Amino acid sequence: MGEILLKNAWVIDPISGINGELMDIAMDGGRIVEDVSGKAEVIDAQGFLTLPGGIDSHTHTSGTKVNFGRYMSPEDMRAGRTQKKGPMHITSGYSVPTTYGNSYKYSALGYTCLVEGAMAPLEARHTHEEFAFTPLQDSFANALFDGNWGMLGAIEEGDIKRTAAIIAWTLSAVKGFAVKLTNPGGTEAWGFGKNVSCINQKMPRFDITPTEIIRSAIEANELLNLPHSVHLHCNNLGTPGNYTCTLGTFDLVPDLNDKRQTLYATHVQFHSYGGSGWSDFSSKSEPIARKVNMRPQIVIDMGQVMFGRTTTMTADGPMEFNLYRLHHDKWSNHDVELETGSGIIPVNYRRKNLVNSIMWAIGLELALLVESPWQCLLTTDNPNGAPFVKYPEIIALLMSKKYRDAEFATVHQDTGKRVPLPAIDRELTWHDIAVMTRAGQARALGITGVGKGYLLPGAEADIAVYPMRVDDIDPAQQYEEVIKGFSQTEYTIKRGRVVSRRGDALIHGENTTFWVKPEVPPEYDMTHDERFKEHFERYYSIRMSNYPVQEEYLHRNYCIRTETDL
Amino acid sequence: MIVEDVPCPFCGCLCDDITLTVKNNRIVGVENCCVLGNAKFLSKKRLKHPIMRKDGAWVEVSFDEAIEETARILTGANRPLLYGWSGTYNEAQVTAVHLAEELGALIDSTTSVCHNPSIIAIQEVGHPGCTLGQVKNRADLVIYWGCNPIEAHPRHLSRYSTYADGYFFENTVRDRKVVVVDIRESETAKIADEFIQVKPGGDYLILSALRAMVRGRGDVVPATVAGVKKEQLERVVEACQNASYGAVFFGLGVSMTRGKYKNIRNAIELVSELNRKTKFTISAMRGHYNVYGFNEVLTWMAGYPFAVDFSRGIAFYNPGETTVIDVLARKEPDACLVVASDPGAHFPKTCIEHMAAIPTIQIDPCVNPTTALCQVQIPVAITGIEVAGTAYRMDGVPIRMKKVVETEFPTDKQVLDRICERVRELNGNG
Repeated sequence: MGEILLKNAWVIDPISGINGELMDIAMDGGRIVEDVSGKAEVIDAQGFLTLPGGIDSHTHTSGTKVNFGRYMSPEDMRAGRTQKKGPMHITSGYSVPTTYGNSYKYSALGYTCLVEGAMAPLEARHTHEEFAFTPLQDSFANALFDGNWGMLGAIEEGDIKRTAAIIAWTLSAVKGFAVKLTNPGGTEAWGFGKNVSCINQKMPRFDITPTEIIRSAIEANELLNLPHSVHLHCNNLGTPGNYTCTLGTFDLVPDLNDKRQTLYATHVQFHSYGGSGWSDFSSKSEPIARKVNMRPQIVIDMGQVMFGRTTTMTADGPMEFNLYRLHHDKWSNHDVELETGSGIIPVNYRRKNLVNSIMWAIGLELALLVESPWQCLLTTDNPNGAPFVKYPEIIALLMSKKYRDAEFATVHQDTGKRVPLPAIDRELTWHDIAVMTRAGQARALGITGVGKGYLLPGAEADIAVYPMRVDDIDPAQQYEEVIKGFSQTEYTIKRGRVVSRRGDALIHGENTTFWVKPEVPPEYDMTHDERFKEHFERYYSIRMSNYPVQEEYLHRNYCIRTETDL
Repeated sequence: MIVEDVPCPFCGCLCDDITLTVKNNRIVGVENCCVLGNAKFLSKKRLKHPIMRKDGAWVEVSFDEAIEETARILTGANRPLLYGWSGTYNEAQVTAVHLAEELGALIDSTTSVCHNPSIIAIQEVGHPGCTLGQVKNRADLVIYWGCNPIEAHPRHLSRYSTYADGYFFENTVRDRKVVVVDIRESETAKIADEFIQVKPGGDYLILSALRAMVRGRGDVVPATVAGVKKEQLERVVEACQNASYGAVFFGLGVSMTRGKYKNIRNAIELVSELNRKTKFTISAMRGHYNVYGFNEVLTWMAGYPFAVDFSRGIAFYNPGETTVIDVLARKEPDACLVVASDPGAHFPKTCIEHMAAIPTIQIDPCVNPTTALCQVQIPVAITGIEVAGTAYRMDGVPIRMKKVVETEFPTDKQVLDRICERVRELNGNG
C-alpha cells in the first residue's frame, strides 16, 4: 500500500460529478490522495476507462446456503476448474464457485466490494469464515429478519422501539451490515410448510401481516440510523401475476431518509410478472418501472436472468419448493429456527422456453424503463438469475439496441407478444453503467461516507481500469468490444494495491468486513433484557452466550457505529 | 473457576451448555454432559512428547525434528494421502487443504467411512433439512432410522428432538410421536411409539413401500415387506401424513448397509414427497463433533465435501476412486498423514497393512491404534479444551469451541502451519 500514481486514466466517477475526464489518480496508504512523491510507482492507464471499484449490492457468495449449493453440485464444481497460478489457489465451480473462485473472478471484472444478500443470523459465523477466504473484495452481510421471532413478537405488540432494539442487538451480534427481509412472514410460515400469498395475509403463528413487518422494519431501520435501508425480497416471488403484490409493497414505503432510499427492493425482475398462470404469463415491467419512477424513495436491482445453467438459492424456502415442483430436479431446503428458511435448486434458463425468455426480457426492461440509473442497479441476484460472470453481456445488452434485437431473434418466438422490450429504443451510456455498477450501489448502501464508490481524495483506493478507450468504441454497434472490455480489467486496484491484472490475481489480498453497531441506550440493550434472554434460552438450540460472532472471525474489519433515536 | 456454556468436543450434537469446574488448570467437574463427553473432558491420558521410530524402536524427539521429518516424508512422496480432520477445528482444516494443494495430495476425511453415501445421495436429489431447533420447536413426529441416539448421541433426544422443550408443545413427551426403524430392538427402539423391525438389508424395500403408499399406490405393496407387516407401514404413513412436522434422523444403519447411497436417496425422496402433504425434514446423525466442519471447509475451499485429489493440479472428486479406503486398497499412497482421527481402529485390514508399510505420520494428542502403524507421532493440544476454534454441529450450525485450560502443547493449526511452510520451502515456493 505504498504510493501509486495512476496516470492517463479516463475517469467516470458519477458521485464526484466526473463524466469522462483524463486524469491522474494518486494513492497512498490505501486511499486516494491529492499528490504523491516522485518515488511513487507509476502505472500508465493509457487513456482506458477508469471507474471506482465495482460494488455488487446483492449477491450470494458466502455462507451456509451458498456452500450447500456447492456441496450438492459436483457437476457445477466440475464446470469451472482452474489450477494454481502464482498466488492464486486451485478453484472449482461455475455458477457457485469456491470462495477463491468468486474472489478472483469478481476481481477480474473490477469488483472490489460484495454484499452477501442473505445471512441467517444463527449461521453468521459461517458467512464470516467464507469472507476471510474471499480476500480481494470487502464484505458486507445482510442479516435476515423475515422470520425473527423476537422481532415479529415486538411488531405484534406494536412496540417499534423494541423492534429496533432487537434488530440492533442481532446486527451487532452477528456482525451484519443491513436488515434483510426475504418473503417476510412467508419463511416463518414455511416452518409448517405454509406460505403467505401477499402483503395483506395474516401469518399463521403471529397476528400480523407482511405489511406490518415491512412497515415496522423500515421504521425501526430509520430509528437506528443504519447506513443502508431495509433490503427487501418481496413476497410472492416468481408467481404469475405477482406484480400487483410488488406494486402494493412499493406503496407502503414512506420517504424517510434524505440521503438515500427508504427501501431497497432486490431482484425485481422476479417480482414483475403478469398473467394468471404460466399459459398467459407476461411482463409487467412497465407498471413496476412507472411506480419506481414516481417514488424516489425506492431503489431496485434488476435480478437479470441470462440463458444457461445456474443454481438458484434463497432464504425463500417455500418459493424454492414451488420451483422444485416445476423442475423436478434436486431440491435442498434448510430452515433456520426462529429466524428464516432457505432453499436451493439448480436450473437451466432456456431460450426456447417462453417463460424463461420473458424473464430475460423483463430484467432488461426494468433497467431501460426506470429513468434514473440510481434507482435500478445491475445485478443477476448472483447466481439466481445468472452467474455474475454474465455482467459484461448484460452491460452490452443495455448499451445496444442492436445487440438486444440480435438476441431477441434467438428467444422463444411468442416472446414479442408478451413483453415490451422490442419497442424500447433506449441505450444506456457509459455514465449510466458506472452508476448501475458502483456509484448507485455506494449511495444505496450508504457507504460513500466510508470512502466507497468514488475517486476523489479521501476515498478508498478501489479502482477498476478497463482496457477500452471510450472515444474509440460505439457501444451501440460494437457491443462485442464492450463485452470484451468489461470482462477483464487491465488493472483492478484494491485499497491502493494492484490485486488483479488481465484476469489474474496478483496477490493474496486481505478483505475488510464492514458491519454496524447501533449505539442503543442501556434500557434497549437486549443483552440484559430478561424476557428476551428467557425466550432465547428456551427456544433456540444454542446458548445465547455462544450466539454472537466473536472478534476472531472479523480479521480486518470496520465497525460503523450509528447514533440511534431510541 | 466455573466456565459455563462450553461446547462439548465429542459428537455431532455439539451441546454447548456444558459447565466445567477448573482447578489448578485441570478440569475437575463436568455438568450437563453425557457420559461420552464427560469422559473426554476428564481424560488424563495423552502422549507427552513427539515420538519417532528409529531402528525399529520408538524414541522421543523434539517438535522441530518431528515436523522436519514429516515435511521431508510428505515432500518426497509421489502420492501423499492426508486423512482424518473430524476431530479438529476449521482453522486447522483450512491449513490442511492448503497443505494438500501444495503437495498435490489426496485429502479425505472420516466422512469417507461414515456419511459418504449420504452425501452422494444429496448430490443426486438434494437435502430437505433444517437446524435442530426447528425439530425441537415444531416436530410432532420424529423418526430415527438406522441410528441409536440414546447410546451414540445421548443428549440428542433431550436437547433437540424427542424430549426437548418446544414452542408449539404443551407437553413434548405426550405430544410427540416417535418411530424407530432398526434391525434390532435398540435402546432407542424401546422408547418408540412404533418400532419397525426390518430384516437386515431391507431398508430400501421399506422406503419404497412407504413412498408408494404416500403416492396413493398402497395396492402394489405386498402383505409383508422385509419382515414388516403392511398394516404397520400403513399406520406409519398415516402418522406421517397427519403430522404437522415430521423429522427423520438417520444413521450408518441405513447409509452403510446394503444399498448404501440408494437407501438415502430413497429416504430423501420419501421426505420430498411428504412435503407435498405436510412439513418434513431429514437429517444425518453425524458422528465426530466437527466432521461436518471439514465437509464445509473442503467445499468452500475446493468445491467438494470429501475425497478431493489435487494430484492433477485441479480439485478432482470421484468417490469410489478418490475415497480413502479405495485408494489404500489399491496401495497407491506412498506416504500418509493422519490428523484427528483413528483409522487404525476402524479401517479394513488391507488398508491398515498398507498404511503400516508406508511412512505414516499421526498428529493426535493420544496414543491410539493408529500409533502402531506410524513412523512419527506429534502430540497436540486438545481442541475445545485447550484450543479455541470453529466446529459445525451436525445440522450446519457453527459454534466456537472454547479454550478452558492452558497447555504447553502446540495446536493442530500451529503444527500444520509449520509443516506447510517447510513443505513450501522444500518445494522452492517459500
